Amino acid sequence: MEYVSHDGLRIDGRRPMEMRQLCAQIVDVAKADGSAVFEMGKTKVIAAVYGPREVQNKSQQIRDQAMVRCEYSMANFSTGDRMRRPKGDRRSTEISLVIRQTMEACILTHLMPQSQIDIFVQVLQADGGTRSACINAATLALADAGIPMHDIVTSCSAGYLNSTPLLDLNYTEDSTGGPDVTVGILPKLDEVTLLQMDAKLLVDIFENVMQLAIEGCKAIANYIR
Amino acid sequence: MRGLQLPLTQTQRVRLQRALEKLESLSAKANSDASVIIADSIPVNYEDAFLKGHGTTDLNGELVATVCGVVERVNKLVYVRSLRAKYKPEVGDIVIGRVVEVAPKRWRLEINFSQDAILMLSSMNMPDGIQRRRTALDELNMRTVFEENDVVCAEVRNFQNDGSLQLQARSQKYGKLEKGQLLTIDPYLVKRSKQHFHHLEKYGIDLILGRNGFIWIGEHVEARDSMIKDQVINSEQATSLQGQEQEQSYTPLETRQNICRIANAIRVLSTLGFRVDAEVIMETVSLSISLNIDIHEMLGSEFHVLVAEREAERRSLSKRKR
Repeated sequence: MEYVSHDGLRIDGRRPMEMRQLCAQIVDVAKADGSAVFEMGKTKVIAAVYGPREVQNKSQQIRDQAMVRCEYSMANFSTGDRMRRPKGDRRSTEISLVIRQTMEACILTHLMPQSQIDIFVQVLQADGGTRSACINAATLALADAGIPMHDIVTSCSAGYLNSTPLLDLNYTEDSTGGPDVTVGILPKLDEVTLLQMDAKLLVDIFENVMQLAIEGCKAIANYIR
Repeated sequence: MRGLQLPLTQTQRVRLQRALEKLESLSAKANSDASVIIADSIPVNYEDAFLKGHGTTDLNGELVATVCGVVERVNKLVYVRSLRAKYKPEVGDIVIGRVVEVAPKRWRLEINFSQDAILMLSSMNMPDGIQRRRTALDELNMRTVFEENDVVCAEVRNFQNDGSLQLQARSQKYGKLEKGQLLTIDPYLVKRSKQHFHHLEKYGIDLILGRNGFIWIGEHVEARDSMIKDQVINSEQATSLQGQEQEQSYTPLETRQNICRIANAIRVLSTLGFRVDAEVIMETVSLSISLNIDIHEMLGSEFHVLVAEREAERRSLSKRKR
């Protein structure tokens, strides 16, 4: 199947270097300390942050810093088929872990000893790039909650189909099984906190694709500001 | 003002906008362009010596913000005041908390902070009022003083080494709070003032503004001494007059209505982001009574707009007086 036409247009009419439309909103989840909704094209994600608050499980308490917990879930209605997803399935656990590590790297945890910060992310509409949207939404929610951070974290994905690096894959492009690189960066410090890839890529092409994803992240950072 | 989730008609929206603009123009706007977001560098003259306060950090020799907020400068101290953070306790603050746990020789209270606060048994006055050492029997009877989910008023005593808070409730005015409503608002709306306990005689109501954003509105209780209360209850039970007991725990309808009215006034003020202190609350309540607004209508959009306009007027008047 042709993912990039002769004129250089993708399936949804974008150019290879073009990102989907972004929309970010600070919403008001009643009991949460901070919450936000982030949309990348048709992918829509809501994040809620609780904390810092008292650690619920005393055995996991860390003496001199805050504990960060993260939970990723997809709503039943988020994909094409209405499917009931079990809470602890492997993909959710992996993505929860990934988001947790990314956010932990940028939160100044030593300012809040012996406390706990909970990040709950739920996908309302899934159309590829949910991981990146979750990280962006979590960043906004943390900023909304007033939790001190080194820098905002932005994330974007990129792939390589039909010999063209493509930015911000949607579901159709993602499900082909081609390479999918997800990058999370701290824009001001210019540091990479998350780098994940599926499938295989030649190293030089990988560099290009990663560079492209980093550009995408910077664009998101500008938008968020 | 966080996401005013009210259905406003077009005229109401315009009026609200105008009132808010007026307020903004009146306030001292020396640092109107000093709002920063995370990782923005803070404009500082690096040759002068300055102190880095909350919300800032050093990045490659540059001063950078770690929270979204407004830059404040006090003499040499530069810090970023965040709008939505948790309560930042100071020694001597009056706070209101809810008991979450009864632990050996202490109670754990939830205040709006990153950790629960601790109220030691020895920092509490005993029910019989005598100053004595706490015995093992006292420890076993801790539950008769405070149980889980009780609302308690106390004062911040000090910070522990690990950052947790210790409270004390040694005076008559602290202790368990009953017959009223607890309200949660953002902590930054309650500023330090001389008086945090207000007795509103007109309505017969006690108002306690906790600096952690918890506000207590309750029926006025004459003696906070639980000894007297216990005595009264004992005598009541001794005579076993059911009617009398019921009357004692019954709050008159008018007082309850006043409690609700004041609570709604505080809710409106916190939604609009105005500072909450006794004067403003009283004015808002009298405004609502004078306009004959129903208690539940106070949470409607019309009243919000009225309060905003009234506040704008008030501030412009006080500015002109100066």
